[in-house]
Amino acid sequence: MAAPPRPESLALLDRLMEALKAKGIVSDAEIAERQANTDKASPETGARMVARAWTDPAYRALLLSDGTAAAEAMGVSMAGAPPLGVLENTRTRHHLVVCTLCSCYPRAVLGYPPSWYKSFAYRSRAVREPRAVLAEWGLSLPDSVEVRVVDSTADYRWMVLPMRPVGTEGWDAARLAAIVTRDALLGVAVPKVG
Amino acid sequence: MPDDQHTPATHDIGGLPRFHCTPVEHDEAPPDAFGKKVDALRQVLAQKKLMTVDELRRGIESIPEGEYFALGYYERWLRSIAGLMVEKGLVAKDVLE
Amino acid sequence: MSDAPRFAPGATVRVKDDWPERRGPCHIRTPHYIRGRRGTIVRPLGVFANPEDLAFARPAPKRNLYHVLFEQEPIWDEGKPGDTVMVEVFEHWLEEA
Repeated sequence: MAAPPRPESLALLDRLMEALKAKGIVSDAEIAERQANTDKASPETGARMVARAWTDPAYRALLLSDGTAAAEAMGVSMAGAPPLGVLENTRTRHHLVVCTLCSCYPRAVLGYPPSWYKSFAYRSRAVREPRAVLAEWGLSLPDSVEVRVVDSTADYRWMVLPMRPVGTEGWDAARLAAIVTRDALLGVAVPKVG
Repeated sequence: MPDDQHTPATHDIGGLPRFHCTPVEHDEAPPDAFGKKVDALRQVLAQKKLMTVDELRRGIESIPEGEYFALGYYERWLRSIAGLMVEKGLVAKDVLE
Repeated sequence: MSDAPRFAPGATVRVKDDWPERRGPCHIRTPHYIRGRRGTIVRPLGVFANPEDLAFARPAPKRNLYHVLFEQEPIWDEGKPGDTVMVEVFEHWLEEA
């Protein structure tokens, strides 16, 4: 588990907030509003984008060529957000997203990054021993599949378009979205039926 | 592989042997109240053009190695933000001590 | 400086074997493990203000950014041949190979 903040960190935040408020630089209301906005983003958005791409070839093409526009087409405001890129998993290629330098993450469509994504172990190991990390998640890929690690080092944020699993023929987008987990959108898992 | 002469910077941890045997803890918990507040503060300061995400990272990367690995994620952010506000003269250093 | 990308998809490039972190304070987005390595341009990603300048609140000229693909195994001397790592790299870190 992530350790709780130390008392000195809580005190530093209080002092910094008081100093910034005293100078009129920020207000509690602004912080609360920003937090409420941030809390709204969730992996359900990414899942809805994937489900639509599985059922709508034109949207799929848009998603892969311009993730930012594809997010906006789902009603997500991308103003001020880094550009979104989407990488397609195939029968012969599986993408795994990591940020070895910090914790770059497609927050606009997935929300806050989970603790493990920010952990030293994940940041360090995913890029060097991706198959071992995937095995810890219970995902074992055949040797015929290229594991392509995506180190998110600069201005883009990356999301994975997983393969639609067999057994979902005839499903509508809502039912499909329900099997697209946050982990599948990062490549540590694949969508499963049932 | 980098040799001894080419030791990567503290934050540049891709492939580092020291974490080779550390399992990835599947901790799904969202940020706590402290983390969310620091996160929101960074966004508000960025919106007001008082700092960039690149400056935030530079500040995090300048945290000494021992503390970098000991502090929590949002504790590192807070350390960087506080340092930047002092550096820019927006907050007096002694106010934070 | 022109915004047109210097490298085309499929071009073989080499990442500069440069270690600015040894020369003093800096902020760079080129991870240690690809320095000096050969890779292949996957595609240009557009132009972005140079984070190395943004991090110090300096005027930041725009630079071309690329997705560059590397083979995993030669980097770490381990792993499965055919597995790869794709990294965003700025043009000023790349040279013809």
